Amino acid sequence: MDLLRFITAGSVDDGKSTLIGRLLYDSKSILADQLEAIERASKSRDDGEIDLALLTDGLRSEREQGITIDVAYRYFQTPKRKFIIVDAPGHIQYTRNMVTGASNCQLAIVLVDARHGVAEQTRRHSLIASLLGIPHIVVAINKMDLVGYSQNVFSDICIQYAELAKKLNVHHVTYIPMSALNGDNVVDRSETMPWYEGQTLLEHLETVVIDDDANGETEDHHPGRFPVQYVIRPQTAELHDYRGYAGKITSGIFRKGDAITVLPSGETSTIDAIEIAETQLDEAVTPMSVVLHLATDVDISRGDLIVRSDIQPISSQTVEAMLCWMDTKEFKVGNKYVLQVGTSRTRCSVRSIAYQLNINTYEEIDGVDSLKLNDLAKVVLRTAQPISFDPYQKNRATGGAILIDETSNVTVGALMLVGEA
Amino acid sequence: MKLDYLDQLESEAIHIMREVAGQFERPALLFSGGKDSITLVHLALKAFRPGKFPFPLVHIDTGHNFQEALDYRDNLAERFGEKLIVRYVEDTIREKKLKEPTGRNATRNGLQTFTLLDTIEEFEFDACIGGARRDEEKARAKERVFSVRDEFGSWDPKRQRPELWNLYNGRIHKGENVRVFPISNWTELDVWNYIRREKIELPSIYFAHERELLIRDGKLMATAGGVIKPEADDQLVTRRVRFRTVGDISCTAASESQADTLDAVIDEIQATRISERGETRMDDQLSEAAMEDRKKGGYF
Repeated sequence: MDLLRFITAGSVDDGKSTLIGRLLYDSKSILADQLEAIERASKSRDDGEIDLALLTDGLRSEREQGITIDVAYRYFQTPKRKFIIVDAPGHIQYTRNMVTGASNCQLAIVLVDARHGVAEQTRRHSLIASLLGIPHIVVAINKMDLVGYSQNVFSDICIQYAELAKKLNVHHVTYIPMSALNGDNVVDRSETMPWYEGQTLLEHLETVVIDDDANGETEDHHPGRFPVQYVIRPQTAELHDYRGYAGKITSGIFRKGDAITVLPSGETSTIDAIEIAETQLDEAVTPMSVVLHLATDVDISRGDLIVRSDIQPISSQTVEAMLCWMDTKEFKVGNKYVLQVGTSRTRCSVRSIAYQLNINTYEEIDGVDSLKLNDLAKVVLRTAQPISFDPYQKNRATGGAILIDETSNVTVGALMLVGEA
Repeated sequence: MKLDYLDQLESEAIHIMREVAGQFERPALLFSGGKDSITLVHLALKAFRPGKFPFPLVHIDTGHNFQEALDYRDNLAERFGEKLIVRYVEDTIREKKLKEPTGRNATRNGLQTFTLLDTIEEFEFDACIGGARRDEEKARAKERVFSVRDEFGSWDPKRQRPELWNLYNGRIHKGENVRVFPISNWTELDVWNYIRREKIELPSIYFAHERELLIRDGKLMATAGGVIKPEADDQLVTRRVRFRTVGDISCTAASESQADTLDAVIDEIQATRISERGETRMDDQLSEAAMEDRKKGGYF
């Protein structure tokens, strides 16, 4: 069975928590005691009905305010697939949390309130999904019950969204009319919208083809990449010469006998053996955690990147990247940070801000020299050591990087690397 | 070629463990002899063999543990030749003159936190790997894989670090530590399926056996070793039971069951309509935010 990670984006008023609750409830993924707990909580709030949204707001302050603050993860499965729901908050002040949640997802559900059509937050969430390279978008046109289940309303919103999608890097868009509150087209087919002949949300989630982590089929998009995490050297009498490089294949395939290059040193060798614990493999694919052995003694340590020699990544000390700034301290030209890509860390300084992106209108704003929390921008960085990477839009695994504040140690920025500056 | 979901989860967990080994100077693996931490040890074998583990196994013993779990713990450490450190809540109570909770349903579970924080200080652990899963409880659903604690061991849900792609940031100041949860994304059923697939041995209390219990508030509590003193209205019974989770005896309830094999246990878990913690953990049901509040205080 395979695994689909998807994010739900939408503000509290769009009914996102209700949608997740409905998905879990109708797919019978809520257990009796959890249901009783939210029934009790619903009653104590005098809401009358069961509030499915209470299933997802796990923190005291979230329940107090009735909003989602931080990313939460939910798990459910059907006979066809396992799912990880990344439940991210939709408010503008939590853009960074949405970026965090979106970074590992293969699909995003963007909720649209049928009464309001494409709104500012629809544009914002779609932009983030696009920047983060999420291959599949589901536009969930919710609250159809409040517009008389009108096919015209649905069609108009589809047209509006298709216009918006043209400006973004999104490819597979699916539109589903629904009422999360009443359960129309979430798990069960709606009887009130006979004009809709497409799949329900769950049917779509169960059958959508996930190909972004495909390995080997298009080598150019998935070249062999292996960031070294740890060197296994038992140094015992019987394993005197054992030296294994432990890591996870973040992209592509490695086979025994492959010619490899170690970056940043540029030394070359060939793969002698691939193993997981005591099991020997002839080949290993993304996202397997394995141990590589090389035919020759090469100086390799944590932070190095082993790549297949036939398709090399970019290695550079000046890089251009899209940045989501995640800290309350300002990001400024001239500031220094620690940059982590794969397992390697190096110091970097901010050379320039090419432009800031208006996350609602997609306009590029020039002449900016500092960024605030939740701002998005294209930036140029200079690194102390060369970094090796692939452009993010080609390869999420080796094109994503983070910025760390050297004094607070906090992760302050998410970088989607574009190329050499 | 596409990996099965269990392979994907396994690979992610191994990756996280190796990040701990690569980023920290003095990590530890918290090991209780329960199924989740047993799974962690198995994952560590896959991550680091033929080398030794880059961390000791650490058990915070409340003194109210099931003997079967303790025996299993000691055998495992010996079999794999890894270092085991045990620290006792009993000692902390004596040395710090802690007040033990008394009365009906009293449990030492909360006092574990004091011993854990002392142990972290004693060995200067900068990272503690634990078997928490996000499906267990709503506050755990919010937790990052690398979860930074301040020098008081406290978790602040509003100050969590963004965690992007598979990049983990373990940089901390001296005195702080990081709780690391490699099986965050696993569910109870995933753990059981993995145990079956990998043929991992478990303590016998996970399988149906006859035992003397008392019925309290509708739950079946073990009387083992007199940890729970029967009160006048408690009914003593002998039943065929198994434990779905193995925690402190005073707050872990048994389930009536005939399932004495892995297959039978998995069938039962697949059919159940009650969550793991809902069925067995008394300590989570004290208030709506019981787990969140304990974590803020330094609980695992």
